[in-house]
Amino acid sequence: MTDQTAPPGLGAESLTTADGRPLKAALHRAQARAKRRAFLLVLPLLAFVLLTFVIPIGIMLFRSLNNPDFVSYSDIDSGTEIPVMQNVQAWFAANPQGTEPDEAAYAALAADLVHLKEIKAQGSVGTRINYVLPGSRSLFTSSARDAAKLAPPYKEAVLALDEKWADPAVWQAMRSSAGTITGDFYILAADFERDDSGAIVRTAEKERIYLYLFWRTFFLSGLITLICLVLAFPIAHLLATLPLSKSNLLMILVLLPFWTSLLVRTTSWIVLLQQQGVVNDALVALGLIGTDGRLTMINNQTGTIVAMTHVLLPFMILPLYSVMRTIKPSYVRAARSLGATSWTAFRRVYLPQTLPGMGAGVLLVFILAVGYYITPALVGGADGQLISNMIAFHMSKANWSLAAAIATMLLFSVLILYWLYDRLIGIDNLKLG
Amino acid sequence: MALPIYASPLERIWHYAYIVICVLIFIFLMAPILIVIPLSFNAEPYFTFTDKMLAFDPAGYSMRWYDRLLTFGMAAPEAARDGSWWADVWANATWIRAAKNSIIIGFWSTVLATFLGTLAALGLSRPEMPWRRTIMAILISPMIVPIIITGIGMFFFYSNPCAPLEWVGIEVQCGRLTGTYTGIVMSHAMLGIPFVIITVTATLVGFDQSLSRAAASLGANPRTTFFRVIMPLILPGVISGALFAFVTSFDEVVAILLIGGPEQQTIPRQMWNGIREQISPAILAVATILVTFSVCLLVAVELLRRRSERLRGLSPS
Repeated sequence: MTDQTAPPGLGAESLTTADGRPLKAALHRAQARAKRRAFLLVLPLLAFVLLTFVIPIGIMLFRSLNNPDFVSYSDIDSGTEIPVMQNVQAWFAANPQGTEPDEAAYAALAADLVHLKEIKAQGSVGTRINYVLPGSRSLFTSSARDAAKLAPPYKEAVLALDEKWADPAVWQAMRSSAGTITGDFYILAADFERDDSGAIVRTAEKERIYLYLFWRTFFLSGLITLICLVLAFPIAHLLATLPLSKSNLLMILVLLPFWTSLLVRTTSWIVLLQQQGVVNDALVALGLIGTDGRLTMINNQTGTIVAMTHVLLPFMILPLYSVMRTIKPSYVRAARSLGATSWTAFRRVYLPQTLPGMGAGVLLVFILAVGYYITPALVGGADGQLISNMIAFHMSKANWSLAAAIATMLLFSVLILYWLYDRLIGIDNLKLG
Repeated sequence: MALPIYASPLERIWHYAYIVICVLIFIFLMAPILIVIPLSFNAEPYFTFTDKMLAFDPAGYSMRWYDRLLTFGMAAPEAARDGSWWADVWANATWIRAAKNSIIIGFWSTVLATFLGTLAALGLSRPEMPWRRTIMAILISPMIVPIIITGIGMFFFYSNPCAPLEWVGIEVQCGRLTGTYTGIVMSHAMLGIPFVIITVTATLVGFDQSLSRAAASLGANPRTTFFRVIMPLILPGVISGALFAFVTSFDEVVAILLIGGPEQQTIPRQMWNGIREQISPAILAVATILVTFSVCLLVAVELLRRRSERLRGLSPS
């Protein structure tokens, strides 16, 4: 409010509180205090989420770019970091990329191998190179074993140990791993690799797995979302048009799966779908298939699709239902009375009004499906695995940087969808049950 | 849903087809949950109905898998079933220990999530709240971000919880949080918080702010206003948020696989191992117990929702 808007005959300065302060300032202070109070209520939780969620994700992002295993070895017994491969790094620093390894380079390598053997770090360093150049771990472990015997001229001596050391790819892998901050893991996660000269090239066609897995994750999630939409629509419509007393009863059938443990539901699908399971037995008993023609419905993509559709269906029904409840039946009746057939009335009048619910359900189900891990791991077999399962696989192999790089890529896809959800639907409108 | 009298024959056919479709979808929703209940009483180690079961022959049914839940992991399962046998069950049976762990972890993470979440929801519902939308987005995101990603982050963080302090130049040595109850409770509370925020803010949407102003004008201090006016009205929402948080923890397996130690064996983790290794009908017995549990929870949440609506005058009942 500016002074000009004050009522005529009353100067702005004359508006004061009982203790003589200008009203505007007093109001401003009161509002600031209210703001501060509201924020203080949220602060403990914000701090907690920052500590247990935001910082851990930040560390994960950092780990996807940082892997110092080639330059330092963390000794578990003493808990200290020991610098390793220092001589080779000095040689890399002195010689530009593409330099042919000379006698000095091999001498540096020999010295470093001896050092690795002393502190038993050859496995850790070899594993780090192995990520970039598969098959290199044994090169380090076996060479380090005999490194103490090496004598000048080092080039011949090292090559005599293992002639793989002459491979420019090994030297390139070591050079690219020498920094603590590296984009190597993103290069790998996007199905690229470095060639002998250090240039980034696509990996061989049959070794491209990650982008394909991303594609499959998005495709299967989209398919599951679509099936969920098709199945949820009639149910939500039925629940929305029935009287409240009946629909509340039927709603229990939707909410019970929602409240039932995910592992229970996944177990049930294994029981139902496996070769000696209930569905196959029923089909055999009905004579629809022979005993030798039992369907394989589990441990493949079918298993993933069926079980995930079941798990995610309530997340589609609930937002659809809450939107359909608000649609007045008189609109469709009006359309019918104006001569529309029931199909036209549905398509032109009813369906457009359900769009907000469809949007909310589709986005929510898709977001949840993209990150699914447990269900595909248990019923997905080989071809029903999603990108999360690949992340878990690399975690179990202690290939943490690659797991973190793939996870970061997944995280950004989900965050974009989440942002879209907030723009279109608003997080405030997220409802449960 | 009644068919209008002017419906054409085609519409009548479609109407009945529609009802059949709906029934089939309901069967799809319920079948997997109901099927485990009779199968958990199977007398044979199979996952399908035996001929005896189909003929309702009592010999086809047994409690052996429930019995197995008690005896599995016991020191002396064959001993006479007296007081010391039950003491053995209580101390050693794998599933009982898992249940105890699940309940302890679930309880503390629920307390933490409900306390922090309700406080924050009260702040978020105030009209003066600054940056409301952004903060809400951050607080809800643990529900949206795939659990495997959160789990990896927590794994790195809990392996060396002081790393963030080291970045800002403070050198401290601190123990790992992986494999500790504290770590698990913190991560489960974090995963449950979005549910508490959503349910409590939904309750507060219908909350009439003039009630607290009325209380203040009648001389109540903020404390009294909260405990005597606000709290009773939002309590149903808080309790259903707490139930959501508890179920989240009670059903959580990924975080516990990544950051839990051998000590933190919970029911979902035990089930996960059971399904991955050698699936036995004992899993179905556990599943049946959990289904019963979720029916109770569903009834509780439904009653709370109705009570909340009645308190806020949203429903005619």
